[in-house]
Amino acid sequence: MSAVGADPVLRVAIDSKWYRPRDGEPVEAVRDLAFAVGAGEIVCLIGPSGAGKTTTLRILLGIDPAFEGRVAGAEGAGMVFQEPRLLPWRSVEHNVRLGLPRARRGRDLDDLFARLGLSAWRGSYPKALSLGMQRRVALARALADGPRVLVLDEPFVSLDDAAAAELRALVVDTVDRAGMSVLMVTHNVAEAIGIADRLLLVSRRPARLIADVPLDRPRKSRDRAWAEETRAGLAARHPDIIAV
Amino acid sequence: MLTRIASLLVLVAAWQAAALEAKSRLLPAPLAVLRFIGQEAERGDLLHNVGVTLLRVAISFAVAMALGIALGVALGRSKAADLTLDTPLLVLLNTPALVITVLAYVWVGLTETAAILAVVLNKLPNVAVIVREGARNLDPGLDEMAKVYRLDRRDWVGDVLIPQLQPYMVTAARSGLSLAWKIVLVVELLGRPDGVGFAINYYFVQSTDVAAIIGYSLVFMAVMIGIDVLLLQRLEAHVRRWR
Repeated sequence: MSAVGADPVLRVAIDSKWYRPRDGEPVEAVRDLAFAVGAGEIVCLIGPSGAGKTTTLRILLGIDPAFEGRVAGAEGAGMVFQEPRLLPWRSVEHNVRLGLPRARRGRDLDDLFARLGLSAWRGSYPKALSLGMQRRVALARALADGPRVLVLDEPFVSLDDAAAAELRALVVDTVDRAGMSVLMVTHNVAEAIGIADRLLLVSRRPARLIADVPLDRPRKSRDRAWAEETRAGLAARHPDIIAV
Repeated sequence: MLTRIASLLVLVAAWQAAALEAKSRLLPAPLAVLRFIGQEAERGDLLHNVGVTLLRVAISFAVAMALGIALGVALGRSKAADLTLDTPLLVLLNTPALVITVLAYVWVGLTETAAILAVVLNKLPNVAVIVREGARNLDPGLDEMAKVYRLDRRDWVGDVLIPQLQPYMVTAARSGLSLAWKIVLVVELLGRPDGVGFAINYYFVQSTDVAAIIGYSLVFMAVMIGIDVLLLQRLEAHVRRWR
């Protein structure tokens, strides 16, 4: 089975989640979605767009408390939203330091800025940066307090291939080094096969868990042939979620 | 800038020509007005009256801005508050400044407090309505970010709320300042023993001294435009620096 030990870092058990718009039919976004993420594990949540993946993250992070079920382990998690959600009126440095509790806000972040290639931009306003660089700032904010868990919502979407690959390598390198657990939402299957220890496939609305797929081969020895074979295998078993 | 100066010169020239043509003390020439300003300044009355009026503008402006911003945020953030206070606000917005002023003097008495209260009540609804618009347009994504990163109230107000309201606050301040000083003059005319409004009324009733009326008006206008250019416009540029 997967790397989930006896003591998972993150536990999600959402029995149901309904959206009830004031004018319109209620929509069930999630039903019976349960999974766990172990220490140091990278888990990717994959599913069709609009399937309720982001909803699941919002529930997990406590942004949306109106649901049935239980979630645990995301207190103190670092979060990278799909849009960088930086404060445009504050410097890069100020934005990153907001990721720290007030008591630790003055701490030395030179290493973090250097590792993410942001040292030269600390005093800039976010609008002066490209989207890729803004995502790095958002990642720096998520990492500032050294969290055990990193939650990422489509963090590499709308970047060009080079920028996406670079940022992906930064994330993998950082979490491997720190032994962080990662839960990442994506609809990019190739990307997930490249970095995940485990894939969770979810259905269309209401989101249910369809498959829990461990990827046992070490990340360093994943080559193109293996990735394509894995993808083809998934596509054969779950044609409605993963296109060939 | 050059266009501005040219347009000002044309205006003064036209005034001079009209005054020469009319030959009446009801339409004094620019120099006559300037002479009055000089005399009034020498007597010390000018400085006193302008200073007193400026102080009233400053106090009522500050109070109206502070209360108006707080009220605007409450209205924009809370549906219940908005529903409850929308009608009273509409009534206040549409009550003539003169009526508010007279009622304030009648109910509170001919005091400084009543004067300030009247100006505040005239200006507060405008500030609240403008800021309400800003509070309705707050970015929910940033609020989620603030929640995930557990920002405390102080961080949220200082880093998330106020920067989003700043453009609205500056608009309210600039439109509010010109509104406030015009109302202060009316309030002074109706019930204060000093200030620019009182002086204008005095010269009107005593001797229909038009040079004095225009003189006071010019001096005070210059002071308020100076405040707008030197203070508020710079403040506006400062809050927009990150764009």
